Amino acid sequence: MEPENLLRDRYLPVLIVIIISIFIGLAMFLISKFLRPKRPYTLKLTPYECGIPSTGDTWERFNVKFYIVAIAFVIFDVETVFLYPWAIVYKKIGFYALLEMYLFIFILLIGYIYALGKDIFNWGRD
Amino acid sequence: METFYFILITTIKTAIYFGILMLHVAYATYAERKIIGHIQLRLGPMVVGPHGLLQPIADVIKLIFKEDIIPSNVDRKIFTIAPLISLTAALSTFAVIPVSQNWFISDINVGILYVLGIAGIGTYGIIFAGWSSNSKYAFLGGLRSAAQMISYEVALAMSLVGVILMAESFNLTEIVNKQLEYSYGMFLFPQFLGYFVFIVAMLAETNRVPFDLPEAETELVAGYFVEYSGIRFSLFYLAEYLAMFCMSALATICFWGGWTVPPFLLKIFPFLGMIPGVVWFLLKVYFHMFLFFWLRGTLPRYRYDQLMAIGWKVLIPLALLNIVLTSLIKYYS
Repeated sequence: MEPENLLRDRYLPVLIVIIISIFIGLAMFLISKFLRPKRPYTLKLTPYECGIPSTGDTWERFNVKFYIVAIAFVIFDVETVFLYPWAIVYKKIGFYALLEMYLFIFILLIGYIYALGKDIFNWGRD
Repeated sequence: METFYFILITTIKTAIYFGILMLHVAYATYAERKIIGHIQLRLGPMVVGPHGLLQPIADVIKLIFKEDIIPSNVDRKIFTIAPLISLTAALSTFAVIPVSQNWFISDINVGILYVLGIAGIGTYGIIFAGWSSNSKYAFLGGLRSAAQMISYEVALAMSLVGVILMAESFNLTEIVNKQLEYSYGMFLFPQFLGYFVFIVAMLAETNRVPFDLPEAETELVAGYFVEYSGIRFSLFYLAEYLAMFCMSALATICFWGGWTVPPFLLKIFPFLGMIPGVVWFLLKVYFHMFLFFWLRGTLPRYRYDQLMAIGWKVLIPLALLNIVLTSLIKYYS
């Protein structure tokens, strides 16, 4: 039962909801803006570090593992993106789709085992 | 003119939907404190109103009247916009979540993709908040959270492939109706592996115990929102609970048959069909919400290396296995 005006009947409500969501956040913020006190002083505005004066720069270098996990995420996420449309048409294509996907997962599995061997998912002490 | 009326009706629908949703969120915080209180042999909130029932309202009023502190040296633009991104992402997901047959704001045919995509945007809010705060706790919390959320997003998305294989649709209403065609009436039974992966990934995606490392209060104070106060803090808080409701609703729709009663149960107890679908849907969502609170009262927090190991070495292989098994069974049936 596809509607005749798909864009209007299905996707316009989504846009309206997104706009209303942004509006709700802004409205809550504005209401609070008129009601809350504002008494800033230097000590209050320092970053919180359990009471002691903060030292050094916050935006420091961090562990390279965060980047590697991000790369692994991209690979696996692309795989999921590939799996989704496959899952929809699987029944129509039949055996060929099954074979194709097993091949795909097998190739990915090799990469996965390589990543395991490189120990990129191990966040303990080296 | 027709379009104008359509927009008006949609706006009213959204207002009602969100009104009820906000009430649910407010009382979810109350339920959480009450349930955890009773798990720990305390009473929970008791002072404001009978049995503390007005506590959420008092909390909202308090948070609105609190001073909003923006520390010096923060990246002001990003700091301001981060809570808004989190809230908008969490709220917008509900555009496509049906509450009952024909009770929805929009019924787009890529429902699952939309929910996962928009929920993924919430990660930006957390990273922005952690990065812009100019606080080491917030920075570490934001980094951890980013790595955690992208790791478990893969498992979450993969666990739903089995459901899509069986339902052959992205449309959430369609998925629910497809489950009725089977005598067991829930994808929970054939997809128990997928459901397990989904539940664990759901806990990690919403930053809840036992995976609440981004805001591990004993080491990072509060993680990415240490520097937030007043209304901005409450926007993050709201977004977290909305995400929990969203995930509960998704679990209900994809694995628990949404607003329907399984046919085999209906055969034994025909009177169950008299109860309206919304009630079933809400009961199933409440069960999942209770699961969140129950786990929080029961389990300790995982270490970070354990968290990453579970995500990459257990959940993703399990989800892949589920896909392989489901497609095999689907082929031979």
